[in-house]
Amino acid sequence: MRGKTGIAAALGLAGALLLAAGAPAWASSGGTPGKAEKSTADHTVFKELQGPFASGEEVTQACLKCHTNAARQVMSTRHWTWDYVNPDTGQPLGKKTMLNGFCIGDRSNEAFCQSCHVGYGWKDASFDFSSEKNVDCLVCHHDGDYVKVPGLAGHPAYERIEYPARSGKFIGPVDLPKVAAGIGKTRRENCGSCHYYGGGGDGVKHGDLDSSLNAPPRALDVHMSPAGGNFSCATCHRSDGHALAGSRIAPTAADPHGPIVRGENSGRNPATCQACHGDTPHASRPGRPDALHVHSPELLNAHARTLACQSCHIPAFARGGVPTKMSWDWSTAGQLTPEGTPFQKKDEHGHVIYDSKKGDFGLGRNVEPEYAWFDGKVSYTLLTDTIDPSRRVAINTFHGTPGDPQARIWPIKRFIGKQPYDTEHRTLLVPHTAVKDDTAFWYNFDWPKALKAGAEANGSPFSGKFDFVQTEMLWPITHMVAPAEAAVGCQECHRQNGRLEGVPGIYVPGRDRHANLDLIGRTLAGLTLAVSLLHGLLRILGGGSRRNQA
Amino acid sequence: MSTRIYLYKRFERFWHWSQAALIVTMMLSGFEVHGSYILFGFGEAVRIHTLAAWSLLTLWAFTIVWQFTTGEWRQYLPTLRRVDAMVKYYVTGIFSDAPHPFRKTTAHKHNPLQRLAYLGFLAVMSPVIWGSGLLYLFHAQWPAFGLDRHLSLEWVAFVHTAGAFMILVFFIAHVYMTTTGHTPFAHIRSMITGWEEEHP
Repeated sequence: MRGKTGIAAALGLAGALLLAAGAPAWASSGGTPGKAEKSTADHTVFKELQGPFASGEEVTQACLKCHTNAARQVMSTRHWTWDYVNPDTGQPLGKKTMLNGFCIGDRSNEAFCQSCHVGYGWKDASFDFSSEKNVDCLVCHHDGDYVKVPGLAGHPAYERIEYPARSGKFIGPVDLPKVAAGIGKTRRENCGSCHYYGGGGDGVKHGDLDSSLNAPPRALDVHMSPAGGNFSCATCHRSDGHALAGSRIAPTAADPHGPIVRGENSGRNPATCQACHGDTPHASRPGRPDALHVHSPELLNAHARTLACQSCHIPAFARGGVPTKMSWDWSTAGQLTPEGTPFQKKDEHGHVIYDSKKGDFGLGRNVEPEYAWFDGKVSYTLLTDTIDPSRRVAINTFHGTPGDPQARIWPIKRFIGKQPYDTEHRTLLVPHTAVKDDTAFWYNFDWPKALKAGAEANGSPFSGKFDFVQTEMLWPITHMVAPAEAAVGCQECHRQNGRLEGVPGIYVPGRDRHANLDLIGRTLAGLTLAVSLLHGLLRILGGGSRRNQA
Repeated sequence: MSTRIYLYKRFERFWHWSQAALIVTMMLSGFEVHGSYILFGFGEAVRIHTLAAWSLLTLWAFTIVWQFTTGEWRQYLPTLRRVDAMVKYYVTGIFSDAPHPFRKTTAHKHNPLQRLAYLGFLAVMSPVIWGSGLLYLFHAQWPAFGLDRHLSLEWVAFVHTAGAFMILVFFIAHVYMTTTGHTPFAHIRSMITGWEEEHP
């Protein structure tokens, strides 16, 4: 009796101690500390942010009163310049000049596309890149209720407007003082407002980035899930004076190093898997010898010498329910109803598969990636490059030699496009599509006009003769990392016609063999069996052993 | 009237049958790893193959000690004496109930052909399969020993597969030869019980 009460008392005391000491104060309010608890400044009390503001630029000027260097920092990044020169090839890349197989090109469409520029007012070549007040602080730091409307050259709506035009849907005027007072660290929704929606819609371009990552279940993204690491984008894409780690034009394809130690000054990209996990992340569980493991840690770590982590740990992309575009055929755009109005066709899930403005789309969900050697070097077909229209044109090419220490086998999304090109000059063309005027394709459905206007804006020649050419574009798959238990199984690659079928430079047991050795081996084994059976048959017919048995 | 001799001792029988089970397991899992068929699933096949390999190595460690301490190793010394008679027996004599040219004794359990076959297993197949197999097994550790500069997995796998086919051929022939006793199951029975019935 006394023993029992003693135990109960001890348990009660232990419980009370755990409650009192086990967790920081903010834990009871759920997960990570909120902005208010973490920030040393409460922006709601600053008079400078209480407005009134006539425009985004005025908010920026208020921000810069305290954050004096912020605009200059942003202006040195690609988020601002949309410009990048590939150091290996000298190719002018960056969104300003690069082509893609989706909306094709930026120039002439700036007022629309630049709703994803981290600035205000870029609607044509006259934009002032040196004006600090043109930097948009809010798009990355707002806490909700701030939308840069396509067509307004990076501005939010300052008055109530119908968007999309003639849709019957309206966007109310932005409450700039409220947005300014609510600013904080970047959330996934901030980054996602552009990076999810590239190519004209949720999940369209990347395949591994869409709005399902705002609150993903653990199975979709083990790092970003509130049930997992609850990372924001910036947890991996670390910023240093507004410069963010990570790039799809110049990614770090191989990072054969241990984790980055705090204080380490190696200049390594902090956004790689290895930056946290190191290059030998698979470890033994205590008490179990390796031979008992289905997956021996050494064996798995050896795979990391050939494969990107992503190849096994992202079993499929577009896994969050949002489809990604796998193909886009511009050549069928421009069909109108008998009444002469544009229309859309949708699939059984309500996703658009035809749009008069854009043509036919092929959608994909839970798409198994393709795999290719990739050393992080990418080259592009630019407006100035001559193409061979008899073949599929590679808008971008991933380079990488099998076995190169800088290269790994990466999962990729291969997107197939069909887009206009000049049949005389044999160059790709950027159509003028999105800004409402009398040449834009989306409002006039007249290819020659749209292509002429696009060529003029890009300073590229246009003969007036055009056709459509099949193109392809590659996207590295690196987000939507699944929990370890959902990683790609051995047999997915270690078999014939598996995921790695056709990937050169590696010997994959189960996939590869020497056909002649197999032929000789099987023949010898078959002959031995045949001779044995024949010998046995002769013994039975000869009655030798039967007589012995008797 | 037949007489019985105690030919195979307890450890020898234990060794033989557990080795047989392990080799069958390794052939089943090994040819799956090779990609000949899907049975256990690739990852599981690798695990089974690895476990069986370590088990067999352990068994062999005991067996080698047993062979030397008992002097049984002499059973594997090759001889060409009367090999011709053995070949002649299997090619012709066996069909006409000719007497077996070899009489088993505890000092000579194996006929001259058997001795050659088992020596071939020990001296050729075994080094090929174990040498390539251990390199294969420790592929992950090659860079630590600088082996990756000299070896390719492709050729290690080639040699290992060649060894596996040799063992498969040996296995088929061996199993068939067990039926060539005075009854089809006589040899198997004596390998289970240890007792060999002598027939004049």
